[in-house]
Amino acid sequence: MTGAGSAAGARALGALTRAGGADRGGIAAITRQALRTKRGAIGLALVLAVVLFAVVGPFVAPYSPDALVTVPLSGPSGHAWLGGDFLGRDVWSRLLAGGGALLLLAVLATLLGVGAGTAIGVTAGLVQGKTDSVLMRLVDVGLAFPQIVFALLLVSVAGARPWLVVVAVGVSHTPQVARVTRAATLDVAEQDFVKVAESNGVRRWRIIVFEIVPNLVSVLMVELGLRLTFSITLIAGLTFIGFGLRPPAPNWGVMINENRIGLTLNPWGVLAPIAMIAILTIGMNLFTDAFASAAIGVDRAGDLMLEAAPFAAEAAP
Amino acid sequence: MSLAATPASPGEAVPAPARRAGGTLLPLLGRRLVAGVFTLFAVSVVVFAATQVLPGNAATAVLGQSGTPQRVAQLEAQMHLDRPAVAQYASWIGGILHGNPGTSLVANQSVASIVLPRVLASAALVLIAAVVGVGIGVVGGVLAASRRSGLIDQSMSLGSLIVTAMPEFVVALLLVVLFSTTVLRVLPAVSVITPGRSVLDSPAELVLPIATLVIVIVPYIFRMMRGAMLEALESDYVEMARLKGLSVRRVLFVHALPNALAPVIQVIGLTLLYLAGGIVVVEFVFNYPGLGQGLVNAVTTRDIPAIQFLVLLLAAFYVFVNIVTDVLVLLVSPRRRYPR
Repeated sequence: MTGAGSAAGARALGALTRAGGADRGGIAAITRQALRTKRGAIGLALVLAVVLFAVVGPFVAPYSPDALVTVPLSGPSGHAWLGGDFLGRDVWSRLLAGGGALLLLAVLATLLGVGAGTAIGVTAGLVQGKTDSVLMRLVDVGLAFPQIVFALLLVSVAGARPWLVVVAVGVSHTPQVARVTRAATLDVAEQDFVKVAESNGVRRWRIIVFEIVPNLVSVLMVELGLRLTFSITLIAGLTFIGFGLRPPAPNWGVMINENRIGLTLNPWGVLAPIAMIAILTIGMNLFTDAFASAAIGVDRAGDLMLEAAPFAAEAAP
Repeated sequence: MSLAATPASPGEAVPAPARRAGGTLLPLLGRRLVAGVFTLFAVSVVVFAATQVLPGNAATAVLGQSGTPQRVAQLEAQMHLDRPAVAQYASWIGGILHGNPGTSLVANQSVASIVLPRVLASAALVLIAAVVGVGIGVVGGVLAASRRSGLIDQSMSLGSLIVTAMPEFVVALLLVVLFSTTVLRVLPAVSVITPGRSVLDSPAELVLPIATLVIVIVPYIFRMMRGAMLEALESDYVEMARLKGLSVRRVLFVHALPNALAPVIQVIGLTLLYLAGGIVVVEFVFNYPGLGQGLVNAVTTRDIPAIQFLVLLLAAFYVFVNIVTDVLVLLVSPRRRYPR
């Protein structure tokens, strides 16, 4: 529906239409529009397929994920479709059982990071002045750590525990989310409808709840999608290098690392979990990109993704 | 706010106003430096506090379940854990400022002597990857923007969406499967360089780690460059140059690209920032003896002085690159010196 022409029109109208999702018909309409694009539909289908696999998997697995059923690192056979892992456990069964924890931790970490980041960003954007600059200085400090380094720092002393992984990854998202939501809040706060509400003497919290936040919804949705992709990447990475979920828990990240030694004998022990993680993150990325294009109305959603990329610097003082 | 920077409008390419604006540059530079020093200080406090606040005392963390009370007390004394936190911090940061980041709890040698060779190994990896990646990404982005929705544009845009989504270790292991184990066996799957030997002596072992990093960074650089160039190409002065009948190449490289210079600088800065974290997993996969692998090893063995120093080092690099990038961007785009 929104071709290049109307996108350019929306940009030209500037401030009026940039108010966000409200005038474009809310999340449902944006989602429908995103799903009408090829990348949006394919992306969501990939994500749902992996989620279904991870949720239903444990119930349909032919063996227990811990049972020793075949020769270690043997290739695919009739009773072990994807062969055996380095201890002789069934790769297919472990694959079916190994996605749930990763998905759950990633969702929790994302909610924590986006929630905390939004609280900081909206506060900074609305209050401005001293509080704003103090908060943004803190955000700068947070931005000085590469996310995985920060997560490793937290995990290093307390040891690898699921809740700590959630906290570490969530907290590492916070400064970037805060930057994005602060900028979006500043954009919304200078809109005419906010000024009208202010001059009519509407209370501050009503302005926040009824004027500002509804206009941040599409920005937040895009953030959630991006951050979820990064959470999956980070948690899988932490697990892969040995600091997420401990073996013998069946987990895609753990599987990849422990079966690496047998790459030449049974590559499926590594390739199958890699494929699951890749399909999941690629699907998330495609859908988020389509959603961002629909929500913001330009075909340069890529810029937006960069803005929220794992790295982010601010050029203007 | 925008990373894909708005290129300067034509008036700003004229040197005169730029020179006038130079007056505001020095104080700005000063403020940046002060902010950078403050950030570094705060970072060091965070690094230090993280090992204090978290559940479990550092000494018991190092010794694990097996530590006898005597051994714990002995280690606490060695790590000065019996002194108040502020005094501990002061002696730690004082040591670092004097070039002595402490003694490793595991290897029984100074942290500096463990870390230094790793700095060089990682620097080789990061610099080569950055040069190759920025080269490919910038050229690709400019070409894609010049033929919008053409073959290069479409395929690189879709390719970048797919590659940016993949975790580094997925890319790394796919390369290992392709080139050193299952499909072909032309490159070493892991590096056998011992820490301390120069990594440049074994170029074959550098290929896959560098290729991984390049594959991961190119899409970001490409997308950012494409966005910046598209914006420059839509501007009035490019329209004007086209109407004058200048050749496509001239318009592209003489008129549009210089105005997208700020984004190029930012791209390089951001690439370096990304690589500071990206090396962790990639070095682990390839057993490459750099800072990232050092950090993973230190975390595995709970070598707290080494963890603290490595994290501080990576964060300092981050802050440094940030400041340099910002200053360079301000130098090439006068308009940004004024708060809007």
